This record gives sequence, C-alpha cells and structure tokens, in this order.
Amino acid sequence: MAHIQLPEGLPGIVGPLAFSPYTAKPLLELAETLLRGPNTLTSAEREMIAAHVSYRNDCDFCQLSHSAAAAAHLLGNYDLVEQIKISPETAAVSDKLKTLLAIASKVQLGGKQVTTEDVARARQFDATDKEIHDTVLIAAAFCMYNRYVDGLATWAPSDREAYRAMGEQLAHEGYVRDRFQEGQKAAQA
Amino acid sequence: MPHIALTEGLPGIRGPMVFSPETTKPLCELVELLLTGPHTLTPAEREIIATYVSSENDCYYCQHCHGSTAAQHLGGKNADYQFISEIKKNFDATSLSAKMKALLNIAGKVQKGGKHVTEADVSRARAEGATDKEIHDTVLIAAAFCMFNRYVDGLGTWQPKDPEIYREIGRQTSKLGYVGRDYKKPLEAIAGKQGETEG
Repeated sequence: MAHIQLPEGLPGIVGPLAFSPYTAKPLLELAETLLRGPNTLTSAEREMIAAHVSYRNDCDFCQLSHSAAAAAHLLGNYDLVEQIKISPETAAVSDKLKTLLAIASKVQLGGKQVTTEDVARARQFDATDKEIHDTVLIAAAFCMYNRYVDGLATWAPSDREAYRAMGEQLAHEGYVRDRFQEGQKAAQA
Repeated sequence: MPHIALTEGLPGIRGPMVFSPETTKPLCELVELLLTGPHTLTPAEREIIATYVSSENDCYYCQHCHGSTAAQHLGGKNADYQFISEIKKNFDATSLSAKMKALLNIAGKVQKGGKHVTEADVSRARAEGATDKEIHDTVLIAAAFCMFNRYVDGLGTWQPKDPEIYREIGRQTSKLGYVGRDYKKPLEAIAGKQGETEG
C-alpha cells in the first residue's frame, strides 16, 4: 500500500507522476535531457549511471527500469548492466565510464564525498567538464527519484518481464510521454 | 576550487546553473512549483522543509539560501532568522505547528532514504490534519533537496560565508521566486568584496 492514495495499477514513479502532473512535467524533462539529450556519453552509459545509483539506493523500481533501459540501448546485454551495478571496476566498460561511476557512487553517499582525486582520475581518461557535470547531476537526480518512489511506498512490479517492456519504451520513446494513459491501458490489459 | 570550470563569483548552484542551461530549465521549474505559488502549506513552511533537509545534508549554501528565504517570508527580522536556526537544531522544541513537525519528521526520513518513511510517520501527519497532497509535496521537496544539495556539493561549488550574501538572496528569492531570473548577474553583496569572502 502506498502512503497516499495513488491511481491504481501504475508502477513505481508513474503513480506519483499521475497524482501530481504539474511536478511531473519538469521531472520528466530533466530525465529526458539527462539520459537522452545530445551528449558525448551514450544513453546506455548514462542509463548505467542511473541504474548504478538506484541500485545503491536500494530502489527496486528505478534500478530495474533503468537497468532495462540501459540493456535496451545495449541490444539486450543484461549481463553487462548487472555487472555495472554490482562491481563496475571489473565490468567490460571504458576506463572513463568506470571513473565516472566512481564519482556517481560518491555523490550517492553525499556531495562532499567527491574528491579532487576522483575528478582528476576521470580527467586522466579524458572526461570533460560537461561529462563530469552530467555524471554528478544524474547521480544527484536519482537520489531524488529513488526517494520519491520509495518515500511514498509505491508499488514495484515483481515480474521482470514488465521492466523489459518499460526499458524498451524508455530507451526508444523516451521520458516525455503520456504515461498515465499508458498505465491505464496496462492496468486494463 | 570547484571540480569543473564554473563562472567565477557565482555562489553555490548558480555556477552549475549557468554552466548547463538545458538542465537548469526543468530544475528551476521544479523548485518554483514546489516552493512558491498557492498551496495549503505557506511558502515559508515549504522553504523550511527545504532548509531542514539541506541542513541534514550539511549543504552550507542551500541551507542558508532557503533558510534566509523562509525568514524573509516570515518578515525578515533577526528573530525570524533565529527561529530558522532553532528549527534546524531541534524543530520539535520550536513553536512550529504539530502538522509541520510531523511533516519535518517525514522529510528527515526521506533525507536518510525513501524506505525510512513508515506508515506510523504518515499516520502521525494525517492525525495532525496533513492531506495527501501535503504529504506528497513534503516527500518530493525533501527528495528534490537531496538532489540539489548533492549537485551543489558534488561539484565543489564556491559557498561564501558572509551572511549578508544570504540575506540578499533570501530577499530577492522571497519576492521574485525561481524562474525567469538572471542568475549570471553577480550579487551586490558579493560585487563589493570579492576576495574578502573567497574561500
């Protein structure tokens, strides 16, 4: 049971987004810009940062949906995404992404945990100011989304297949869509 | 020194905001909707939630900007600033309403992590008359400041200590809100004494 009365059958953040459409608009625009906007980091890389932070915040809905979005960008490579969440150091991704994930992990703990050394290491692997900025903001934003989803005790589907479909949609159609209508359709199906 | 190259002389979040206008737009819209405009919680009450969470996250810039904005909404007297600092120390011992105390309790749980919010926390707020919208907005304000605080501190932004800078920010924000402002413009309180407040 969610802590407040949310429209039924809507998973995770979709319930609160429907409850409060006026705040949903900037929340979704922010996600769209951060995860799918023009960037030198691929959407797969940015979704992996989101999944990693959500995993560390223990938010089931966000970590599963953004893992699925990352995997959808990676043509279904769920193994890589699982590795990124649990032990990014040993995952088969670029050194640059590893150093950015290390910064994201620090942000998850608290902004002041990010050190000059963490940033210098990312720069050694050619991370730009914008990439560092975006990594910090993606990690910070997921510290918000995760708390929004769990702080209202929303419903997270237990069926993994549901996330696969969500991931495809997030990856290919993006965040700014009429989710309320989609959720209603899903609930009726 | 900030972790990335930001415009000098812009305190706290203003540096990153000017650095990244495309993300600033939704961020400003979000904070405007959460903290200003008509609501059953006053702008002062919502700024107090933002201040308390920022204080729990130990973000100097955010807690002083939003604390000052809250104090200005309350009248801007020294006693109002004193009230805000007492809320940060121990809100239960202040003259805040029982509903606000119950909402700050929820905000404090959200700051630790979403799963810390219990049914008992929510029932207590409801018993004091909090509505679903007030509970929703409290959770989202607290969550949003867990983002803003990390954004400000995670980039190692410049956070001046001069209280007059925060007074000016509070005066401006309480009147003008958050959207449609020129954040590139240096603050008057900074313009005169750059260097003195550096560090």
